[in-house]
Amino acid sequence: MAVKKPKIIVVGGGLGGLWATIRIAEAGYDVDIFSLFQVKRSHSACAQGGINACLDTKGQRDSIRQHIIDTIKGGAYLANQPPIKTMCEEAPGLIRTFDRMGVTWSRTAEGVMDLRLFGGVKNKRTCFSGATTGQQLLYVCDEQVRKYEEAGKVHKYEWWEFLSIVKDSNGACKGIVAIDLRTMETKAFRADAVVLATGGLGLVYGKSTNSTNSTGAAAARVYQQGAKFINGEFIQFHPTAMPGDDKNRLMSEAARGEGGRIWVPKNVEDTRPGKEIPEEERWYFLEEWYPAYGNTVPRDVASRAIWKVCRELNNGIGGKDLVYLDLSHRDEAFLRARLGGIMEIYEKFAGEDPTKVPMKIFPAVHYSMGGLWVDWEKDEASGGMKQPSARNHQTSIPGLFAAGECDGAYHGANRLGANSLLSASFSGRVAGESVAVYVKGLKEGADSLPGNIYSDEKQRQDSINQGLMNSQGDENPFLLHHDLGELMRNGVSIIRDNKTLDEALAGLQELKARFNKISLDDTANWSNQPLIYARQVYDMIVLGEVLAKSARMRDECRGSHWKPEFELKIPEGKFSGDPEFEEYRAKWKANNEQWLKTTVAEHTQSGPQISYEKIEISVLPPDEPRDYR
Amino acid sequence: MPDVIRLKIKRQENPNSKSYWEEFEIPYRPQHNIISVLMAIQQNPINAKGEKVAPVVYEANCMEEVCGACTMIINGKVRQACSTLVDNIKQPIVLEPMSKFPLVRDLMVDRDRMFAALRKIRGWIDLDGAYDIHVHAPRVSPKDWEKNYDLSRCMTCGCCMEACPQFFPTSKFIGPAPLGQTWLFNNHPTGKYYKEERLHEIMGVGGITDCGNAQNCVKACPKDIKLTDAIARLGRDTTVQMLKDVFIK
Repeated sequence: MAVKKPKIIVVGGGLGGLWATIRIAEAGYDVDIFSLFQVKRSHSACAQGGINACLDTKGQRDSIRQHIIDTIKGGAYLANQPPIKTMCEEAPGLIRTFDRMGVTWSRTAEGVMDLRLFGGVKNKRTCFSGATTGQQLLYVCDEQVRKYEEAGKVHKYEWWEFLSIVKDSNGACKGIVAIDLRTMETKAFRADAVVLATGGLGLVYGKSTNSTNSTGAAAARVYQQGAKFINGEFIQFHPTAMPGDDKNRLMSEAARGEGGRIWVPKNVEDTRPGKEIPEEERWYFLEEWYPAYGNTVPRDVASRAIWKVCRELNNGIGGKDLVYLDLSHRDEAFLRARLGGIMEIYEKFAGEDPTKVPMKIFPAVHYSMGGLWVDWEKDEASGGMKQPSARNHQTSIPGLFAAGECDGAYHGANRLGANSLLSASFSGRVAGESVAVYVKGLKEGADSLPGNIYSDEKQRQDSINQGLMNSQGDENPFLLHHDLGELMRNGVSIIRDNKTLDEALAGLQELKARFNKISLDDTANWSNQPLIYARQVYDMIVLGEVLAKSARMRDECRGSHWKPEFELKIPEGKFSGDPEFEEYRAKWKANNEQWLKTTVAEHTQSGPQISYEKIEISVLPPDEPRDYR
Repeated sequence: MPDVIRLKIKRQENPNSKSYWEEFEIPYRPQHNIISVLMAIQQNPINAKGEKVAPVVYEANCMEEVCGACTMIINGKVRQACSTLVDNIKQPIVLEPMSKFPLVRDLMVDRDRMFAALRKIRGWIDLDGAYDIHVHAPRVSPKDWEKNYDLSRCMTCGCCMEACPQFFPTSKFIGPAPLGQTWLFNNHPTGKYYKEERLHEIMGVGGITDCGNAQNCVKACPKDIKLTDAIARLGRDTTVQMLKDVFIK
């Protein structure tokens, strides 16, 4: 006896959520989509450089196999490989679909999609739309959803915030509780399946390249309700962002892909403006250290190199935390056409024209490789992921699915540039298709469940809100968040050590204690932003604990997680076949025996409990260490 | 160097209450933008008189002028708050919500009307479905791409609507941004299959004939989208369509 008219909820209106919505609607089901604001304003719009798919239209004999290898190695082997295999195989089809949806891809002279070079790869594989690719992909998905909205298949709840899921007596997800951000009323919604596509968590660090709503709060909420959270320690620092007091503004990796060079003045005392410093007095340290990839080394490698130059060698511009990202040697018309979006941002916020002078940049928190644990089903015949399957992208809570940056499935220990728009779109699509299979298999609909599970959960949320509204302390939630950001940026940073991580964990406990003395400064029952914000701050502290604890437990260097104490150094000037390199390879393999495993965090009253899970390495066994020299 | 940033903010608790002006002074810092100033008020919500007040409510997200959320009127000019740097504008800085959309609270308004317009103009490309059909869409020339890309960057922020003399709460006019989008969908190689339907949609009441050609929209657009060019091209298309409607039955 199948459920007559299943109800499906998608939370989040970025690329992942919209793709899920589209595929669920196309499977014939109605969707309610919840978003903090109009979905068109989601953070996916901020992605700039492009989306990877092997189209091989540049005469370089690019191959899907190479895309798979680059992704797996770029992630330092820390992700299950069959889903990666399938994602890379289906990327070209996804791009064709996007093309049909009307994405304004940048074109070659003959009117076909152009490709550009990105980091961690040797072939041009990145499809792009100027320097606003994320915006263009988001908009076409927004348009497709609008079509289904017009057809009555999709109902949008914009200006609503997700607070929690509702579970039945078996622990399966059967709906959500959300709050109307205008009337401040909470309401329980029944659903047979829920997709969470709520994006990243950069705001846990206070300042990042993320939008102000990328708090990770929704993921933190389901984590506290029992969903497993994996690989929290793997936070990507984007090597090239404009430092700012309110936000670090992303300068796309496309800048490096299109010929941008990273350098500092050789003489740290040199006070001349960048463009007046002659070539021979500049130090192009990436090109020197990594001749094979030069400026397009992967992000973790580039960020650490910049960190080393500024912090260890004290050779940043004027001794500060800054290096040059230089495009001024390129043709202005070329830059305007291909990188216009970031040229404008730099000019608006720094007041200098980056087509004429080198940009000043520094690494910034950018992306969370980790996220909610999601299941997948293996296709034994192809070695990839079996589709469609109700297991794909289902979290550890039955009936709750996750897609986009809030899942932790594809990027391992470091994400390759332009793979995020790919994983967000692909995982959203897969999650939508999985939901359609899942609800078909249900015996009983959420409609027939007793009402008390809904009213109880609503009651629980109401009392949290009431508690905050009544709280009479002296702690301002916005300042508390500021302090959390500072603690995370100093304690769980690009370079880590266990003593600092222990201090960060203790500091997070103090923040939790301070949270109990919060005061809102706003008592209105209409659009009360401090109340909503305070709740997010608490959830960000919880996520901070997950990140710090996961980092504390992993005693090795892998991808974006770097503890110098445990570093295995590649012998300088030695390559595959040299005895010194082979000795290094043996050590590297021994380290994998111990550490090549997924970190799994589970919520307990006394904080995150960490365990580990084996990784599926059937596509590319870890025999080759990452080496970008 | 000033040591404070002075602000005058138009506030209103909810759609049914009265608006009032409130002044704030926050410590000066170089590189402040309007949103980071509002964040500073949130961290210490004390007005210029020294009274503790509710923080100012506003909408923002990307902080780099690509999401369209933080539109407001700053010193009398409609623009994105995140990319308005305090160092470049006169003080006291006067902040007001957009006037042509329903107010929610303080500087936050409801721009649903713009999104409804996008539904009305059939603002999407019709697909058989969002799956691979193993071919690309038809090619697009670099020249066409330039026109399309210009329009596809529209953030639906509403600056052009606020600046347009023909667009106001009681007018029927669809406004410049949705007209620009209409041309964009009509210029897509398969989007043009429904060109006629889209043109008919904007040939009626509240459509393109309500445009008074004031040219305000193009000046107000934070992305310098060539809206008036698109509307002019669309005007030609509707004229042709009108003739077709008369002579080709």
